[in-house]
Amino acid sequence: MNIVNEMSVSFPSKSCNESFARSIVAAFVMNLDPTVNELSDIKTAVSEAVTNCIVHGYRKSGGTIYIKGRITDNNKLTIRIRDKGCGIDDVEKAMEPLFTTAPEEERAGLGFAVMQSFCDRVRVKSEPGKGTTVTLEKTFGTQNDR
Amino acid sequence: MLRTEYKNNILTAYIDGEIDHDSAAKIRARIDGAAQSLKPKLLNLDFSAVSFMDSSGVGLVMGRYRQMKLIGGALRVVNVPDRLYRIFAMSGLEALGVLR
Repeated sequence: MNIVNEMSVSFPSKSCNESFARSIVAAFVMNLDPTVNELSDIKTAVSEAVTNCIVHGYRKSGGTIYIKGRITDNNKLTIRIRDKGCGIDDVEKAMEPLFTTAPEEERAGLGFAVMQSFCDRVRVKSEPGKGTTVTLEKTFGTQNDR
Repeated sequence: MLRTEYKNNILTAYIDGEIDHDSAAKIRARIDGAAQSLKPKLLNLDFSAVSFMDSSGVGLVMGRYRQMKLIGGALRVVNVPDRLYRIFAMSGLEALGVLR
């Protein structure tokens, strides 16, 4: 698979950067001529992943969020969202729908469920004390609503 | 971001734009401020002008559901655009009977 385009960006874990993050990913995928639904799907998934970095990864002290994007010539987008925060003790548990460690902040516990529903594949790598990397994969042009 | 209207014991909050973790905190504070002082019998959350929503929107609705229970009122979520419905469907909120 040949790489068509790549990007990387980093920004501080401020909640105002949630909209910044999904907007740059949306701009990055524009070359793939996404449908309205595809665009909305990837923006939502990125928003969930970045919010997790802010609300959970960097809960105690702020830090930097790193996003890397890659588009390959099979119209596949890969987005990697990484923090160097507290990490996740039990990834399987964290990915269960409705499980949350931040109910007082009105988190619904749907972050990973939304990412999985709105992307083709979601991978999570985490090490307590070291941080978390979420990789989202989505192939564009497969929907029939173009 | 938000406009509210109050008449006949009904508080309606017209949410405008994008709902994420950042904006939800501000929307929540404004709605709760109005609900605490007016003590409406019914709170309507109108989603017709919401252009984007992640799961923070679900948290916003669940939180307002609890708030309204505390002050003895009810909650309704109205005019949810089709494209936002998928997240609500995942949340189990349909079982609360608040979505119209």
